[in-house]
Order: sequence, then structure tokens, then C-alpha cells
Amino acid sequence: MMKLSLGPILWFWSKQSVFDFYANAAEWPVDTVYLGETVCSRRRELRLADWLEIAGVLKDSGKQVVLSTQTLIESEADLRALRKICTQQEYLIEANDQSALQLAIQNSLPFVTGPSMNIYNSATLKLLAKQGLKGWSLPVELGQETLRQLIAELKAEGLDLPAEVFAWGFLPLAWSSRCFTARHYNLPKDNCEFRCLQHPDGLELRSRESQELFRLNGTSTLSGSRYDLMREMPDMDKMGVATVRLSPEHQGMEEVVRRFDQVRRGEIPATDPLQLVEAPPCNGYWYGKPGMDLVPPSSL
Amino acid sequence: MELVCPAGSLPALKAAVDNGADAVYLGFKDSTNARQFAGLNFNDKRAGEGIEYAHSKGARVFCAINTYPQPDGWETWKSAVDRAAALGVDAIILADMGLLEYAANKHPQVHRHLSVQGSATSYEALRFYKDNFDIRRAVLPRVLSIDQVRGVAKHSPVELEVFAFGSLCIMAEGRCYLSSYLTDESPNTRGACSPAKAVRWQETPSGLESRLNDVLIDRYGKGESAGYPTLCKGRFEVEGSVYHAIEEPVSLNTLDLLPELKELGISAVKIEGRQRSPSYIADVARTWRQALDRVSSDIEGFRVDPVWNSTLAGLSEGGLTTIGAYHRKWK
Repeated sequence: MMKLSLGPILWFWSKQSVFDFYANAAEWPVDTVYLGETVCSRRRELRLADWLEIAGVLKDSGKQVVLSTQTLIESEADLRALRKICTQQEYLIEANDQSALQLAIQNSLPFVTGPSMNIYNSATLKLLAKQGLKGWSLPVELGQETLRQLIAELKAEGLDLPAEVFAWGFLPLAWSSRCFTARHYNLPKDNCEFRCLQHPDGLELRSRESQELFRLNGTSTLSGSRYDLMREMPDMDKMGVATVRLSPEHQGMEEVVRRFDQVRRGEIPATDPLQLVEAPPCNGYWYGKPGMDLVPPSSL
Repeated sequence: MELVCPAGSLPALKAAVDNGADAVYLGFKDSTNARQFAGLNFNDKRAGEGIEYAHSKGARVFCAINTYPQPDGWETWKSAVDRAAALGVDAIILADMGLLEYAANKHPQVHRHLSVQGSATSYEALRFYKDNFDIRRAVLPRVLSIDQVRGVAKHSPVELEVFAFGSLCIMAEGRCYLSSYLTDESPNTRGACSPAKAVRWQETPSGLESRLNDVLIDRYGKGESAGYPTLCKGRFEVEGSVYHAIEEPVSLNTLDLLPELKELGISAVKIEGRQRSPSYIADVARTWRQALDRVSSDIEGFRVDPVWNSTLAGLSEGGLTTIGAYHRKWK
């Protein structure tokens, strides 16, 4: 049976919200939980010690815990924070940048890679496997055809590298040193007043024709539609996908997790609609089309 | 500091070399490089002529093979590396880890430069690329401030090249999927951002509209100058206000920073724009040559000549330039 994972929280939530979220998640049918701040170094509601406290609780509940690293590393302070994660030995590391790869490899620690790590071919997977790669995420812009070939090529090489697919949530599409939330409020990034806290699922960016295009989330930009590959779960299972990643949202997450869990167990059909928040669904990337597209079941 | 200029065609390559480029960079006519435009770039014969011309004038040639091959494309990308090596380029500019390893093993004598698409923003990331693929040089993403560039430069195990002039990417390069989200092509997969095939211009009663795969990117009133609909530079609505929500359509211009970049030990400054005309390349190369010569002869007395700035402003997107993220206030 495929595993379910909870990706790192991409948004900025208060410390209490984060603790509450994971206290609940400890009871959910997920196998793996990724913890840590991956977007902005100014988001310091939780310190590493807090994350480790949450990690301990989740581990005691039988979850595999992975510590995720920041995606865009810009300063010496960023590197200091990264070194702390890449020297601890209790938890697996999710490397989201080559800086983390370097530190994990240097410390001979095992690691997995997140969807922002550019793994587009099996040559890349092979070279990282020699250095401690234990699993990898498909970059969000790649689809099932590429994944099928990559899994086949790994198998032909006799390499056991479990593949994970970002399958539900707003897609992380870009990272910048500039903060778009601060920009929206005409605030300098260094004095942003932590406005992201007011937008626990981002700021909606629409075209002037009211088409939902993106979600601004501090220094990162996410998709305006919600990626939803629930219907594709049986295909992923057949193809050999090891883990399906669900990206945390502050409301309704338990229902999402339970629905995906029922689908992976074959208890309900994958075609059951799942509508929680009023954001349009999309699945284009999986089918090699523009990411924002929704390929309807009838055309498959 | 070396002046590295773009060459999207043989005439552009000659214009760059004739006007003072120390090196030019080019790509093949396919999606193996990050400027895949119709009618642009080189076949092997033209590349050979360009390399011969540049070498005869003492300039070097770098070949960009800086997109990310998927299984279907692996043989094509590999063969692009082999072709570049056979043509005798001075360096290959690469981003993909698999391809970097291939190039390092198969053609160790050809220098490898890490493309900006390799997203290396720290010296630890540079060490990764140096340790694994023995890169000679890296091009830094345009998201770093000058203080951050200083931090990287201090501990960098390789030569550094920074962007000096041209279009400004404000997202960390190599990790931006905005284009493939709206269209089916991105810099990583196809070497295209906001691809021309998806662009549509439309005159409407409310103004001139630019669209990308039908998505309205901008609408221009009378008298407003319209720019190419690069999706991050459009006007969008956030909480009821319409504005350049991601970035203004401005270009990067770092003339002011030249003395500082030199003091940091930066090896080369890079001009963006393989899609530009030979006359554009000639003007930009000439201007930057003068500036670089001035800074190397008298770093203390270096002042930006107003003529340089007006020349460059005339060539820039929207006529506006900025020093981008190099200046922290810009954020």
C-alpha cells in the first residue's frame, strides 16, 4: 500500500496553530510527516527545539519524521540554521537545496529530496544515491510519463529509491529573495510586520478577469488552483509510487487525509469528489499539460 | 573582470566580440538551452564559424546547455555536450546534476561552468558542485544582495560570474515553475519562460491586452508602452488592488556596483539577452567594455559616465533600470 505523507507547512502559522495542527495529525492515518520552515528565514514562531518537540510526539505516535530544510539559502544565518538540521542524527533530512545536499553528504547523513530539488533524470538520481539519497520527490512540474520512465530506469539499475508525488494542495512554484506579501502592504521585507500570519492560506492573486492564478505566500509563490491527484491514486499505485504527499492547510486537512487514506485502501472510489475550500482544482502537470489545467475524467 | 556577452546568432556573436566582449555564450537550436526562441541560436556549422571568429580575436566561447533533460531527452542533451566539446568551446554552462557528471567524466578537459539555472546561492551549494563535478565557475542567481554576494564570494571554491545587465529574473532561477503552470513550457523543461507560442495580443475597447495561454497578463491604456507578457511582470489583482503584484517591468543594470564587484573578486560580469539584436549587443558590449576598462584603470576614481547610463536606459525594458536585489532596499 502506498504511504501518505504530510508535506512541510508552506504557510506562516502561529506557534499555537502549528502545535495544534500536529497534535491532531498525530492521530491521522499518515505515515510520514515533514517538519520545519522551508520558505522564509524571518518566520521564527517555532525554533528548532520546538520542531524537535513536535517531532518527538509524532515519532511516539508511530510516524516517520523528516526534517525539511529551507529552499532558498541566502545568508550565513541561513547556513547556520541549516547546519543544525544537517548535523542532528535522529531524523532523516529533506534537502531542498544543494547547500543541504552538501552538508548532509559531508556529515555522511542519509537524506531525501523535496520537490524543489531538480531531479529530472535517472543519472541525477544515481549520483545522489551513491551519496546517501534514500528517497526523492518528483518536481511538481513533471508528469506521469516522466515518472514512469524514471521508476523503470531505477528498477533496471536495481536501485531502490522510493518516489514521492506532491498530490494535493497549492503547488509551490517559485521562491524569491523578495517578499510579495510585504510588497502588497508596501512594507520593506526587513520590517514586514509578519503579515503572512494574517494569511494562513496565502494571498489570492487574480487576473483582471478574476481568474485565480497564484497564491502569494511571503517570498514564495504557489498555484492559484489546488493540485488534486486523488483520482490518479490507482495509477500511481500501479506505477510504483511509494508515497503520496498532501500539503497542509489550516482547515479541513483531516478530511483530506482520511479521504486519501480510504482511496489508497480501495474503500471508496478514487472518483469521489472532494471539495473543501472554494479553490478550483487542477491536475495538468500530471498529464503533461499546463499545470493549471484540469483534465476531466471523461477525457481520460 | 571578464565581460561575458550573449550571442543568439553569428552576427550578434561578431558584434559582441568586435565591441569588446572577453567571452560570448551561445546555445544550440533546440531546447537544450534556456533561450529557446524561433530563429535563434546555432547549428554546428554556425557555431564552428562563431568559435573560429571569436578565437581569432582572442575571445572565448561558452556553450549553454542549461535546461534539465528528462528520460526522453537524455540522449539529445548528452549529444549536445559531446557536440560542444567537439566544436572546441572553452566552457560548457550546465545546470543539471546528471549532465554535469556526464560532462565531467566524458570531457574532463572542457571547463564546466554552473549555470544560473543551477540555483547555487551559497558557498555550501558551490562546494557541492565543485566537489562533485569540479566546476570552474558559477553564475550566481539574481536574488542575492551585494552583501550576500560578498558572503558567497569570501568562501567560494570557484570563480564567480554575476549578472550585470538585461532582463531581471526575480525568482530564484532554476526553481521557477510559474511559466509551466500557465503554459506547458518552463525554463527548466523547454528553455522558455512565457513562450512566444502562447502569447496573444488583442486590441479591445478597454485597451491593448496581452495574454499568455489566454490568461490576461496586462492591459495597457492609451500612451502606456506595452512590454512582452513575461508572466511575473503583469498587472494583477490582490485584495481589490490592481498593480504589478510580483515585479515591475524593469531591467537590471549594475554599472554602479562595478568597483564593489571588482573588490569582491568577481571574475566576470554577464550580459543577459541572447534574444537581442546584433546592434543591441554591440551597444551594450561597447558600453560595458568602457566601464570595465575604466574600473580596472582607476577603481578609486570610478564614476558612472552619464552617457553609459543613457545608452543602456534606451535599450532597457520599459526604459527603466534597477540594480535589482543587489541593493537590499529594493526588497
